[in-house]
Amino acid sequence: MDDRIFSIWVYLAQTPLLWLTATIAIYRAMTLISRRLGSPPLLNPVLLSIIALVSILLLTGTPYATYFDGAQFVHFLLGPATVALAIPLYESERTLRRIFWPALAGLIVGSATGITAAVLAGRLVGLSEQTLRSLAPKSITTPIAMGIAEQLGGLPSLTAVIVIVTGMMGALFGWELLGLVGVRDDSERGFALGLASHGLGTARSLQFSSEAGALAGLAMGLNGAMTSLLAPLLARWLGL
Amino acid sequence: MIDALLSILIFQLIGEVLSRGLNLPVPGPVIGMLLLFAVLRWRGGPPEPLSATANSILAHLPLLFVPAGVGVMVHLPLLAREGAPLLAAIVISTSITLLMTGLTVHWLRRRK
Repeated sequence: MDDRIFSIWVYLAQTPLLWLTATIAIYRAMTLISRRLGSPPLLNPVLLSIIALVSILLLTGTPYATYFDGAQFVHFLLGPATVALAIPLYESERTLRRIFWPALAGLIVGSATGITAAVLAGRLVGLSEQTLRSLAPKSITTPIAMGIAEQLGGLPSLTAVIVIVTGMMGALFGWELLGLVGVRDDSERGFALGLASHGLGTARSLQFSSEAGALAGLAMGLNGAMTSLLAPLLARWLGL
Repeated sequence: MIDALLSILIFQLIGEVLSRGLNLPVPGPVIGMLLLFAVLRWRGGPPEPLSATANSILAHLPLLFVPAGVGVMVHLPLLAREGAPLLAAIVISTSITLLMTGLTVHWLRRRK
């Protein structure tokens, strides 16, 4: 009997099916648990799912590469999801036109601030050089940030984690922080949230209005491009 | 549904080809998004199935970050060493970025 269970485990451990199903099932379960707890921002489904999955992988001695073989199908959807943001963007075209020039200025200021503030704050708290290089592109979406980190000599896989923590932080307090300093317009808040905390900031903005979500998605996309341009220049200027 | 999925994938593919082919700093999916946006303007709106498919992908956007986030397990030793200062640096710099961006857009719009 034990043999049989073992051989089933061996089979499952080799196919992408197990970890793909586990990723979606655990996320689903964590969404329900988080909702049951009254959706506390700190105990969001993403964080809860990551904790649960990492625990399971460590307990079963499964390497991350094996897990990712299955989970990559979910990861892949980040691309199509970015393309899909064209729909809320189209629906917010009027807002987009009203906010165009200020948003363009916000993009340049925000992108440069994002890189510079990350490196300076990292130096202030005494991070190692390699961690600093992994931290510099933290505001932008995972695949682009990983590419930039590699270019700067950081650790792309560490950047992926930093990017997600940044997204969670933006989602956790970004909307409220902007409200505190008097930025209360949905489109302005969404734009700042998408710029500073990419897809998770965008997901958070979509909870408030589709207009905020659309501007967040736009800011996320534009900042991905702007940061790819600015990061190498600013890194040199900051002495990385 | 299948048409909607196909068109999203085609726009992403065109975006990737343009991004790599022309060596653009803008990532493929973002070019795909801008092209689809241009087509939607020209067409005067998305067909209903495309709207529905896009909205159902976007409704679960946070899920898509889970696989990369699980990558944290590879870096547990580094995080045991540098985790706390790293988190502090992320919180500080993310707050500054949010404020600078939000206030720039806000002030420039009020000035007009």
